[in-house]
Amino acid sequence: MEKIIYTDIAVIGAGPTGIVAAYNLARLGYKVSLFEKEESLGGNILKTYKLFPNFQSSNELLQLFGEMIVVNNLSLQTGVTVTNIRKDNNHWISTTNKGETIVSKAVLMATGFKPFDAHYKEEYGYGIYNGVITSLEFEKMLKCGEIYGSNGITPEKIAILNCVGSRDAKVGNNYCSRVCCINAVKFGIEIKEILPKAEVYCFYMDLRMTGQFYEELYRKSQQEYGVNYIRGKISEASQTADNRIQLKAEDTLLRLPIKMTVDLLILMIGIEASESTKELSAQTGIMGEYGFAKSHSLLKADNHTIHPGLFIAGTCKRPFTYPETVADARAAVVEIQHYLENKT
Amino acid sequence: MKNFGFKISASRQLDMDTIQSDLYEKLIQLEPTAKRCLMCGACAATCTAAEINGFNFRYCHLLMKRGILDNLAKELSKCMLCGKCYMVCPREINTRSIILKMKALMTETTPKHYSL
Amino acid sequence: MERKFWKNYQKDIPDNNYYYERSCIRQSFFPGSETTFLRIVGDVLGKQIEDDQNLHTCTGIGYHADVVPFETTQTIIARLFSLMSEKGYRNFVPSCVTSFGLLNEVVETWKHFPEELQQTRDFLKQATGREFEIPEYITHPCDIIYKFRKELKEKMRFQIVNQKTGEPLRVVEHIGCHYSKVFPQAVIGSAEFPQVLAGMVEEWGGQVIDYPERRHCCGFGFRHYLIMANRGYSIANSRKKFESMEPYHPDFIVTNCPGCTMFLDRWQYTIKEMEGKTYDKQGNGIPVLTYEEMTGLLLGFNPWDLGLQLHQISAEPLLDKIGIPYDKEQKYLGKSGKIIDFKGF
Repeated sequence: MEKIIYTDIAVIGAGPTGIVAAYNLARLGYKVSLFEKEESLGGNILKTYKLFPNFQSSNELLQLFGEMIVVNNLSLQTGVTVTNIRKDNNHWISTTNKGETIVSKAVLMATGFKPFDAHYKEEYGYGIYNGVITSLEFEKMLKCGEIYGSNGITPEKIAILNCVGSRDAKVGNNYCSRVCCINAVKFGIEIKEILPKAEVYCFYMDLRMTGQFYEELYRKSQQEYGVNYIRGKISEASQTADNRIQLKAEDTLLRLPIKMTVDLLILMIGIEASESTKELSAQTGIMGEYGFAKSHSLLKADNHTIHPGLFIAGTCKRPFTYPETVADARAAVVEIQHYLENKT
Repeated sequence: MKNFGFKISASRQLDMDTIQSDLYEKLIQLEPTAKRCLMCGACAATCTAAEINGFNFRYCHLLMKRGILDNLAKELSKCMLCGKCYMVCPREINTRSIILKMKALMTETTPKHYSL
Repeated sequence: MERKFWKNYQKDIPDNNYYYERSCIRQSFFPGSETTFLRIVGDVLGKQIEDDQNLHTCTGIGYHADVVPFETTQTIIARLFSLMSEKGYRNFVPSCVTSFGLLNEVVETWKHFPEELQQTRDFLKQATGREFEIPEYITHPCDIIYKFRKELKEKMRFQIVNQKTGEPLRVVEHIGCHYSKVFPQAVIGSAEFPQVLAGMVEEWGGQVIDYPERRHCCGFGFRHYLIMANRGYSIANSRKKFESMEPYHPDFIVTNCPGCTMFLDRWQYTIKEMEGKTYDKQGNGIPVLTYEEMTGLLLGFNPWDLGLQLHQISAEPLLDKIGIPYDKEQKYLGKSGKIIDFKGF
């Protein structure tokens, strides 16, 4: 039997953006239905260990999210995918894969990002060599408290490579993913804290320390932790006879090609529009470049879309850091409130 | 051994696994501010000697870091120790101290006439 | 934006009716390989393949050495296509990897610059009175062997296995740059890890070695070996590969490119003479085979019919490992059945 839910706002995606927006809308007295396709809430935060720049534990945040969603007026459904959204007169109709129909006055898309698939950068041999892992796999190692290299033993030398899947026409992504540079700095420090004797080399094209305390953290990683930074993009990774990883790059400041053997290569994978973001944007005609959802006006109405009542927030629009995505969620709350009170 | 009229070209690739890093290790112990260099090049841009004799503090620092010591002593001798670089460094690196320490370290490995 | 991900790429390879273009340099470097390919495709697989006597250069070496202008190259390639059209074929099969790359380059140019195609048609018409059709497929012979690797396996007498130990032989596969890097979409598998030779080796019992410099160029480089002063660049690249593969103790190297086969073979001798170094335990050098020679050997062809006597690194230790019989006495027998007299050379 078909189930119909009537609500003020349907929020799609219970990552940081969706949770913060839903929580604040509910506190304003609106009826909010929050949908998450995964079984647990938290989105991509679930895959991380600690967050830059102050090393806050992701678990603490997840705990906070858990507390936020018990607010009045907010109903959360996990394991439910919103497959279709469309406008019907003054209402929005969303349908889910569980056969539910949600009738709402407004919809907030907070469908987030997906990590870049490192297989596409074939030259790094991801999926072929054990010693080549992604930043998310490294987060998993940090969560378990154990770092191991290609031979399963404690690594002596680790390379971190920035811009994997970002700023790269070869994979169709010309944009910067914004979070990887500072995350690489964070990794450098985390490695040195667990393995003080390990040598850490961070390869970069530009280091973009755009947030508060990022530059300071970068400096600290050099001064206090001795993390090495080499300006140059790794061009090739291959496996040596003793199962380590051989890298080729140019030290562009030295102007010489270099070769280096490491026990672990961490690929800082970029941010791409998630499948839900792409699908729902395509359905509603709001898909912008690279599959991200496009706002009505970057400078004037960045949470609006071309459709009144359909709002977007967070990394479904473009790469954001955690503080940025949460700020964007709060901004969306104000815009939605204005819309529902006919103030726009 | 036969001569075919040509030689096998030497590789320009720097093998980071085998570089001589002991001098640089000593340097950053003696002058830890070296560790936070950004390689921005402000030092080389403002350098009085650079325009005349091609001295480049940034590059000399990097050469020692990468263990390329062949011409380093000679390059270091081009510095006039005026200290202008210290005034422009955004990371407050004690450049003059680094020059003096690098020179001292190089005397252990190079002929006397390049020493202080 | 288009996403470039070649790994899962499997190209269309026509299954019959091939128009074969022999290679200029392969006929002198490895004269047995092309005949072997014709035997494999025609006799073993029973396919229709044309070995046209009237073919000529594609200008590849001259073009890459900057002595043949591109207009000339296009016109000469157009004549090759016209000969193919005349015989009623649509599938052009150039033996040489440089031809393969260059033919693809010319056809791609015509797609983007139709005026170049028109000019080429005009030039060919004026010079020879001929017209031509662009082939439906430009397929490298190694693609064809790869396509039929399973069928060929059934007819093979030997495997890439050490007959004494039963262990798979360790094989270095090397892909020509002009096969995999000029147009990565024209490659089986990816540009970084092409499957064409690896697929044959693994199908036929061998073990492919993934050594660090696997993807590095052999150093052939046209101008680099043509001019003596530049040969140091060429040989340095080959040496880089040998040094990288040495710890894996390869039993042989197989390549799909005339230049790679030639230089991985001959430079081993040169390095031995210049520096006294060989890259195998026995001091013999690592045998280098073309993929046709490898296929022919496994099918049980006479090694001397394949032209193995023309390799710098002797292949006999490899034949012994696989257990392929050969007659030492026949090694330097000419077509006439008489011993080739080297004194005259």
